[in-house]
Amino acid sequence: MSKTETKGMKYTEEHEWLRVEGDVIVVGITDYAAEQLGDIVFVELPEEGTEVARDDEVVVIESVKAASDILAPLDGEIVEINETLTNNPSLVNEDPTGDGWFFKLKVADLSVLDEFMDEAAYKDHIG
Amino acid sequence: MGDLKRTGLYDLHLELGAKMVPFAGYDMPVQYPMGVMKEHQWTREHAGLFDVSHMGQVLLHGGDAAAQLETLVPVDVIGLPEGRQRYGLFTNEDGGILDDLMIANRGDHLFVVVNAACKEADIAHLRAKLTCDVEEVQDRALLALQGPSAELVLSKIVDVTDMRFMDVAIRDSAFGLLWISRSGYSGEDGFEVSVPGDQAVAFARALLADPEVAPIGLGARDSLRLEAGLCLYGNDIDTTTTPVEADLSWAIQKVRRTGGARAGGFPGADTILGQLTHGAERKRVGILPDGRAPMRGHTQLFAAETGGEPVGEVTSGAFGPSIEAPMSMAYLPSELAEPGATIWGEVRGKRMPAKIVTLPFRPATYKR
Repeated sequence: MSKTETKGMKYTEEHEWLRVEGDVIVVGITDYAAEQLGDIVFVELPEEGTEVARDDEVVVIESVKAASDILAPLDGEIVEINETLTNNPSLVNEDPTGDGWFFKLKVADLSVLDEFMDEAAYKDHIG
Repeated sequence: MGDLKRTGLYDLHLELGAKMVPFAGYDMPVQYPMGVMKEHQWTREHAGLFDVSHMGQVLLHGGDAAAQLETLVPVDVIGLPEGRQRYGLFTNEDGGILDDLMIANRGDHLFVVVNAACKEADIAHLRAKLTCDVEEVQDRALLALQGPSAELVLSKIVDVTDMRFMDVAIRDSAFGLLWISRSGYSGEDGFEVSVPGDQAVAFARALLADPEVAPIGLGARDSLRLEAGLCLYGNDIDTTTTPVEADLSWAIQKVRRTGGARAGGFPGADTILGQLTHGAERKRVGILPDGRAPMRGHTQLFAAETGGEPVGEVTSGAFGPSIEAPMSMAYLPSELAEPGATIWGEVRGKRMPAKIVTLPFRPATYKR
């Protein structure tokens, strides 16, 4: 469904996807998560420059059903946020793995990505 | 989940790809593949079909059914003309609300529609307090067709163009006798139609065959009614809220008020009539949060940005797809319930400003 190539993406158990772009990690939620959440009406993003620790609540999403938190997948610094989501939160439903990304995270060592699921493992995870 | 009840349209909901959820003891469609936002907008622009068969349909037979029902509701039932329907409330001895309902005068009997979650208690209440015959209608489904195209679509099956808002009629059709009212729960023009159970699926399919009609789930039903400022029993009104506090005084006609020919005579009359005269301590209002974050049910409200105890609570809150903004209903102390004033809601530990407004959030488009 997505317009974006998902090859090489890693996945968390909380249904986030992680994609390496240069020396940073782009973070968003999966098609499956967007579908489960339903229509998204509000996204609250962190400020650029924020230092976050793994499992910090960094993004709040409100769908027509409920509020959900997005956790930082790793320790790092938020170096960029997707400000278009503030006025157009439905992008998360329309293109969750592409234009609907949330933030870019700078981490000390990209090799930590290896511990996350690849696409096949994630598909097993969601059954 | 095995003990959830199903309406006669259950299989059709699955066929249409509905996501089903438990609601008031029934397995009901919360949304279809179109999704809540688009279903909401479709209803505002075209026509939405809702299965409301879980609601209770009750007939009250007997010459004095209207007078008897008046002992349970603060409503002018005797003065309700034949062929007309009126909103009502069952009250308790404290002036609280047991349920809200629709009452229709069909000549030699009354037709009453009550909420699904309350219907067993309501019917027991009617049977305990009234001597007229209380018949629960169990062989009929109830469908609502709401939106600007509703009249045109339904007219292809049965003539309804002569009906206006809150008219009721019994009309013959290819799907048997239809019990029709021009009313609904969306703020749109539209109809609620009771159809023989064995014709319900065929009737629903005939409506859905029209390109103007889409099936709509409980999710959009909630955002539609909230934009229209309509109460959801169990959220915005319950046994702890009186009709006056709930800003439903308009549902109490003059004849049942102090000085009226049939003043009082319903449960909780002293409290309710006293509040009508002297005012209530709190009031249901609309609030519009700044920004896009909804203030949902149970959000605590404060008079100032810092300090102080909560002064009220949100009872329903969601994002309004038509007003393109979050909206909530809440109870506030009457002295704070000033339209235009600011109130603060605590969302995720932060107090966010919201503006107090008069309801509805969006004007209704009934055909009066």
